[in-house]
Amino acid sequence: MDFLNAIILLLNYIFIPALTYGSQLALGAIFVTLIYGILRFANFATGDMMSFGTMIAILFTWYFQSLGISLGVLPTALLAIPFAVICMILYMLVIDKFVFKYYRFNKSPPVMLAMVSIGVMFVTQAVVRIIIGPDDRRFFDGERFLIKAGEFKEMTGLNEGLALKSTQVMTIFITVVLVSILFWFLNKTKTGKSMKAYSDNEDLALLSGIDPKRIVMITWIIAGILATIGGVLYGLDKSFKPFTYFNNMLPIFAAAIVGGIGNPFGAFLGGYVIAFSEIFLTYAYKKFFMYVLPASMEPESLVQLLSTDYKFAVSFSILVLVLLYRPSGIFKGKVL
Amino acid sequence: MIRNLNVIYAYAIMMGLIILVGFFQSWNVALSIFNLCLISAVMTIGANMQWGYAGLINFGIMGYTALGGLAAVLISVDPVQEAWRAGGFDILMCLWLIIVMILVVRFILKNYEKSQIRTYSIIGIIVGGIIAIRVTAAPGIEAIEATNPASTGFLGGFGLPIIFSWIVGAVFAGGLAFIVGKVALGLRADYLAIATLLISEIVIAIIKHEDWLTRGVKNVIGLKRPAPYEVDLQAKEWFINLVEKFNSGKLNLISDLTERQQALNQLVIEGSSVFVKLCYSGLFLIVVILLLIFTQKALYSPWGRMMRAIRDNEEAANAMGKNVVKHHLFIFVLGSAIVGIAGAMLVTQDGLFTPGSYQPMRYTFLIWVMVIVGGSGNNFGAVLGGFAVWFLWIEAAPISLYLINLFTSGLDDGNVFKLHLIESVPYFRFLLMGLGLLLIMRYRPKGILPEKIEIK
Repeated sequence: MDFLNAIILLLNYIFIPALTYGSQLALGAIFVTLIYGILRFANFATGDMMSFGTMIAILFTWYFQSLGISLGVLPTALLAIPFAVICMILYMLVIDKFVFKYYRFNKSPPVMLAMVSIGVMFVTQAVVRIIIGPDDRRFFDGERFLIKAGEFKEMTGLNEGLALKSTQVMTIFITVVLVSILFWFLNKTKTGKSMKAYSDNEDLALLSGIDPKRIVMITWIIAGILATIGGVLYGLDKSFKPFTYFNNMLPIFAAAIVGGIGNPFGAFLGGYVIAFSEIFLTYAYKKFFMYVLPASMEPESLVQLLSTDYKFAVSFSILVLVLLYRPSGIFKGKVL
Repeated sequence: MIRNLNVIYAYAIMMGLIILVGFFQSWNVALSIFNLCLISAVMTIGANMQWGYAGLINFGIMGYTALGGLAAVLISVDPVQEAWRAGGFDILMCLWLIIVMILVVRFILKNYEKSQIRTYSIIGIIVGGIIAIRVTAAPGIEAIEATNPASTGFLGGFGLPIIFSWIVGAVFAGGLAFIVGKVALGLRADYLAIATLLISEIVIAIIKHEDWLTRGVKNVIGLKRPAPYEVDLQAKEWFINLVEKFNSGKLNLISDLTERQQALNQLVIEGSSVFVKLCYSGLFLIVVILLLIFTQKALYSPWGRMMRAIRDNEEAANAMGKNVVKHHLFIFVLGSAIVGIAGAMLVTQDGLFTPGSYQPMRYTFLIWVMVIVGGSGNNFGAVLGGFAVWFLWIEAAPISLYLINLFTSGLDDGNVFKLHLIESVPYFRFLLMGLGLLLIMRYRPKGILPEKIEIK
């Protein structure tokens, strides 16, 4: 019984939250990695682009709510996602046309493009804050929990409860579906393959008749979808605050590089690597050991490897280690 | 002289703008903008060394600034005897442990061939060492943080004049840059940017949460000043006389004696804070001018030519027998040290150290905007960028408020749209910065004052 309790404890506090957080990071990381692989620059506007998409989704959600439309148990935001995605894609294409295109045509060094993306970051951040303000916003409606901790305890008679939020299930489910479709697209369709070819060797791809404009456009479209959905899922699960989204850029970068930048599958797994290591290393295992070990050996301290304050620092340290010992990432991305 | 006409014009316009603020808003505001402009200028000189001279991206400016600030705290705050008695011994033991650990690792690295056993033993030593450090430090840290947590709760510093911290801040930042450079300088440009950004976040996390050393988010306030205090000044005879002399025209208009005295008191209060700010301006100006002379000399020396050669063509410079890695590391450390000075200056001016206020937006990306807008590779350009961008950053809110009122003058005051816009005035500065950066990068990619290479 104690053993079961211990497992439920880990599930509840480590496994499910990490899986959710990892999924959110993974979507962002694939976004970063696609831009890096095909447009060849580190996009510092990642976090703010995600917050822009989320903001549009929130605006649509409010609009639907004012019309009295809802999805019942599911959050209204899900209904808003398709509209937000369309707006987001338009926004990205406009930015590309007016900002990034010029530098791509002139074959500017990647550093220049990264600098330009900082300009985009400033502007996007300003637009988001001017439109919706810098405050914390919750836009979740519908049923919060699939399983409540108390109900679970009653049902099973265990000491530990297992709370399963609907947003957690939604995040994991949508991520898996989205990523499967994406990988199918990249590996099986002609367009996807030409994108990969373009990413591997631009000149060769151009020689074999691949249209670069189309590739770039499709990249931004996929990026828009990923950024919006990733952002909305994060916002539903936690809350929407422009500043948090900006900060999330850093673990997302870490995930993309740890997984091997330019490699979407690596980025996907990288998100989970970062999320799990963050939570594993900062969780206090005292209760776990209380269940597993006999009473005489119970630990006195919290048995916490690092305090939760260092949550971000964990992922960054992993990144630094990876950059040092395996600069191409765990799953072989582009070689630096 | 004619060659530098654009530089002179640009600086004249900048000073004119600041003086205009003095006339229209107040001299207090103008001087505080000016002081922060000077501090920004020091930061941009540092960043410009790394980016403009050597082409190294350092997105970790925030980290070095914070370390400089930490130096100001550690130098100027009086030591907290009680805390030292409570936990000083444990902390010193830890320091010894760290030194021993480093020495052992160095010894192993030197004396044994590279092998798996060596790697594993080093990892073992580091992990074991960290556990040992944590175990020895834990009671000490707890004891230190428990001693009078409301006012101290940390070890304090050395109680020296805060000016020394400008040098110590440079040493701290340079030391960190040495480690970061050793680790990350081999990376390609944009990876270096990300790596330095993340490392600076780690530094901030440590400063924020190691309360025994820095007091963390509880902040350290009331640092000693290199300048006189306003309250002291207001009581000084010579200062009152000075203010009286300065404003004699205005005061003579008032005939009533008590009214005159009141007006004088008001002027003395205002004057004292202007005077203190002027003291800081003087100190900062000395630093900026010294750094400008130093960097300008360096830029046109053989060393500067070599750095440019390395920047423009690394392989060729390497083939000419220049040690690219070594020189990159050197300039990385040098530039970061200058940023460290700026960090210490900032805390000196504010008189308080707030680890929570270090945000990448303000301390990394804004500095980069300054360098790019001003003109990378040109010291005068970088300094001008620091001035212009900081000026806009502060004045963006009033300017955009004015513009909003102008454009929405047709709408009535209760209009929701207008109210919303006025509420979000503080965020227009981001918009202004972003648009400025994008426009400059597009139409004048070398900045307002571009780099010029003199061939004699």
